[in-house]
Amino acid sequence: MSVGLLIISHSAKIAEGVCELAAQMAADVVLVPAGGTDDGGIGTSFEKVQSGIEKADTGDGVLILTDLGSAVMTAESALEFLEDAQRNRVRMQPDVPLVEGAIAAAVAAQTGVTLEAVVQGAQSAQTGAPAGGTQGEAASAEPAIAPSGSAEQPAEPSESAIALSPEPAGGAGGVESASGDVELINPMGLHARPAAVTAQELTGMDADITINGVDAKSVMLLMTLGLKQGQTLHVAATGPDARKAVDFVTGQAADGFGEL
Amino acid sequence: MADTLNAAWAEAWLRNSAAVVAEHRKELIDLDRAIGDADHGENLDRGFSAVVQKLDESNPETPGACFKLAAMTLMSKVGGAAGPLFGTAYLRAGTTVGESTELDSPLLAQALAAARDGIVARGKAEVGDKTMIDAWTPAVDAATEAAEAGAGPADVLEAAAVAAQQGAESTDPLVARKGRASYLAERSAGHRDPGAASSALLLRAAADAAAAAGNGAGEAGASGA
Repeated sequence: MSVGLLIISHSAKIAEGVCELAAQMAADVVLVPAGGTDDGGIGTSFEKVQSGIEKADTGDGVLILTDLGSAVMTAESALEFLEDAQRNRVRMQPDVPLVEGAIAAAVAAQTGVTLEAVVQGAQSAQTGAPAGGTQGEAASAEPAIAPSGSAEQPAEPSESAIALSPEPAGGAGGVESASGDVELINPMGLHARPAAVTAQELTGMDADITINGVDAKSVMLLMTLGLKQGQTLHVAATGPDARKAVDFVTGQAADGFGEL
Repeated sequence: MADTLNAAWAEAWLRNSAAVVAEHRKELIDLDRAIGDADHGENLDRGFSAVVQKLDESNPETPGACFKLAAMTLMSKVGGAAGPLFGTAYLRAGTTVGESTELDSPLLAQALAAARDGIVARGKAEVGDKTMIDAWTPAVDAATEAAEAGAGPADVLEAAAVAAQQGAESTDPLVARKGRASYLAERSAGHRDPGAASSALLLRAAADAAAAAGNGAGEAGASGA
């Protein structure tokens, strides 16, 4: 199973809508809406939240996302009633935008990662801009395109727009790095679905990977790039699966993410 | 005057609360319309009506059981922020008094303090934020002081009720720093905080129930409302 999500909103329609939207990208994740009061009004219901936690708890944990302040208080009250063992596998992330956080968390949960990683997924929606660290990685990844001296196979652009530059282990550590550029050819560019597919697949790989300087395992950060048709993806990765990761992204992009 | 208060008092308090909330429903709605979302009176009325219904269906035998019944019902039925806030207050009060059948002044003051602490834990508000805490904290201080001075439970609650009312009035000029009213910032000044106003009503209801129990109503305190 995977981590389940509980979406608490003052409005039943908002909670259901957020679940519906997130389900598009995370078909196997348990997404439970808890919106509105018991009698269908605007507000939050302790009972809906309490039963929602039960429904969302697959045993692998529950992430609760909320809208306005009192939804947080209702959730905290419900948590107070849980047995310790269950409470320990329930997290709440109150300060992220509900829609973006839910989608990012659901995509992470779909990959079967731990509760902590799903929480991080939700947190990635908090930052509209890429974190400082990833900027630096992108900059330091630049030389990988033209590695100094060590490349036995010089970067050879293929017939398509793909340019790969495998860089063999930089010595003792055995750390692989790879990078490549590819032009987006699908009309919609790097919109939600391809961003989700990309982040989801890359999450399973053992590599730090960035696309145009942002963490490519974060669907939200990929979407914030707003890359359109005709623009270029610069992919850079380090780690054992670096090459595989770069190949995956460039392959998908060259294939128009299956949308052509 | 009685030295202790029992389940009949606790039940009378809750029934009195339902009555005063119903009576002041429109006033609370108007206060909340000025600086919030105009649902406080309606939400509390719905919540306490449900509490009365639950009391009719069951027969809680201790003050703690009455408080827990109120806690669960308010959390479920109120809908707005007052649900978890007052719900947590009653829950913590219920935990504090435990299985006791008779509450003396020190225990009563402790229960009020625990209720206030529960609201603070839930809402993260401090005195001066223009919230119900501005009514609760002076009430707890007054109750604690009265209990330490050896006052009986009815007088402890009377002191709390008077202080809560003054505390509610003190919110009029404040600028809200928590809750929905904080979105209004400076424009929230000049209006009484609805949560502080309803808190004062609830503590007044507690004092009135205790006074009725003390005036020879005794066990019949429960039938007061």
